[in-house]
Amino acid sequence: MNTIADLASLPDLSTDDLSRYSRHLILPEVGMEGQQKLKAARVLCVGTGGLGSPLALYLTAAGIGTLGLVDFDVVDASNLQRQIIHSTKDIGRKKLDSAAEKLTALNPAIKIIKHDTMLSSANALDIIKDYDIVADGTDNFPTRYLVNDACVLLNKPNAYGSIFRFEGQASVFATETGPCYRCLYPEPPPPGLVPSCAEGGVLGILPGLVGVIQATEVIKLILGKGDSLVGRLLLVDALNMRFRELKLRKNPECPVCGENPTVTELIDYQQFCGIVPETALDTSGGKVVKNGIEQLSVKELKRRIDAGEDAYIIDVREPYEYQIAQIGGKLIPQNDVPSRLAEIDRDREVIVQCRSGARSQRIAEFLKQAGYPRVVNLAGGILAWSEEIDPSVQKY
Amino acid sequence: MTIFIPSPLRLYAGGQDAVEVTAATVAEALEGLTQAHPDLRKHLFTPEGKLRSFVNLYLNDEDVRYLPAKEDTPVTSADQLSIIPSIAGGD
Repeated sequence: MNTIADLASLPDLSTDDLSRYSRHLILPEVGMEGQQKLKAARVLCVGTGGLGSPLALYLTAAGIGTLGLVDFDVVDASNLQRQIIHSTKDIGRKKLDSAAEKLTALNPAIKIIKHDTMLSSANALDIIKDYDIVADGTDNFPTRYLVNDACVLLNKPNAYGSIFRFEGQASVFATETGPCYRCLYPEPPPPGLVPSCAEGGVLGILPGLVGVIQATEVIKLILGKGDSLVGRLLLVDALNMRFRELKLRKNPECPVCGENPTVTELIDYQQFCGIVPETALDTSGGKVVKNGIEQLSVKELKRRIDAGEDAYIIDVREPYEYQIAQIGGKLIPQNDVPSRLAEIDRDREVIVQCRSGARSQRIAEFLKQAGYPRVVNLAGGILAWSEEIDPSVQKY
Repeated sequence: MTIFIPSPLRLYAGGQDAVEVTAATVAEALEGLTQAHPDLRKHLFTPEGKLRSFVNLYLNDEDVRYLPAKEDTPVTSADQLSIIPSIAGGD
């Protein structure tokens, strides 16, 4: 790696280092020189959540000399099922501060650099340029494309990991000879097709598994040992404990890393991913419309129910969710909707409801396309109902 | 042959994670899939009939777009097609 300090200028190991890293030093693949390379390395962790937690912890334990952290989020109780770098007492606290505190406690010699910001086209190049390797632990498509493009433009390898429910992917992108993220996925999925962890759920251990795979790749790149995931997509199915590998190739026509790149600077990634900013939502006539579907507020629903007006709610969550809390909707789980259309009245206005409003938005769009004349989405779902109308409805 | 359906698309395949089809080529297998599950078509293909580029198709472990015959590659019942979509979760 031409960005890691060459042998002559590698930092010395202190007596503390020698005792702390003894299990590394006695490994032929690491040794003194390897540990010195780790000490000289500068790694940026984008995100200190599910993937970022194990990533940052293990890189710190391994002796990465400089660790940058990017996160602007605050610790929430629902994070603690998987974001193990944070503790109960950190709820409400900035993730960056919580993470830095744990990492420093684990290894005080590591230089932690906090980037309290959202990575954007305006700051990404400036932040990433001071690091040797980037580990992408973010949770949305626009940022993934942003990190990829910035890494390719700056020639920084990107240890990639992503998760969804109980499945994960890992690879290393943006090396000189290897593919980049866009070689694999030139185009992002339409917004709303792939739910976030908040909407789709995620098995708590999964980011632990994938995050440590990313950390392993970072360390191997620094040491220059072993066979990295460059050109390979590792697929993890945690539910069935199956690991598969697919071949990845560098696309000679890739707009970012190909022979004739057309993307030579960072773009508007929100627009690239088709995400319409909130202010651009159609609010004509006092209604909020998203992707052609009118959004119904929980306050308006309550008004209708109290006034005895028609309130025909289809609840598209899973049966176990319905058991936790429900507001009287007819339960048809989302995957069953296409085959149970006969049960959904076409003559009434259908109010589609889920937990947070994301799944119901997709189903509402589906129903509209299936010819239902009047379909609305309950914005904010049962969570909004609990928050604004009836706190006795259990949040989960 | 088996076609593996990724989590984000299972809604459109009646909730199934794998679908069996009989086909002689990759293209035929996809045709069989979208005949059985028409809702999948617009998620997999553009209106012009091209595979959408946030979806990757693998015949066993090889990306179909890099196979010499691409979608016309012959398949046997022992082969597996995987639809690998992009996922972004990390938090």
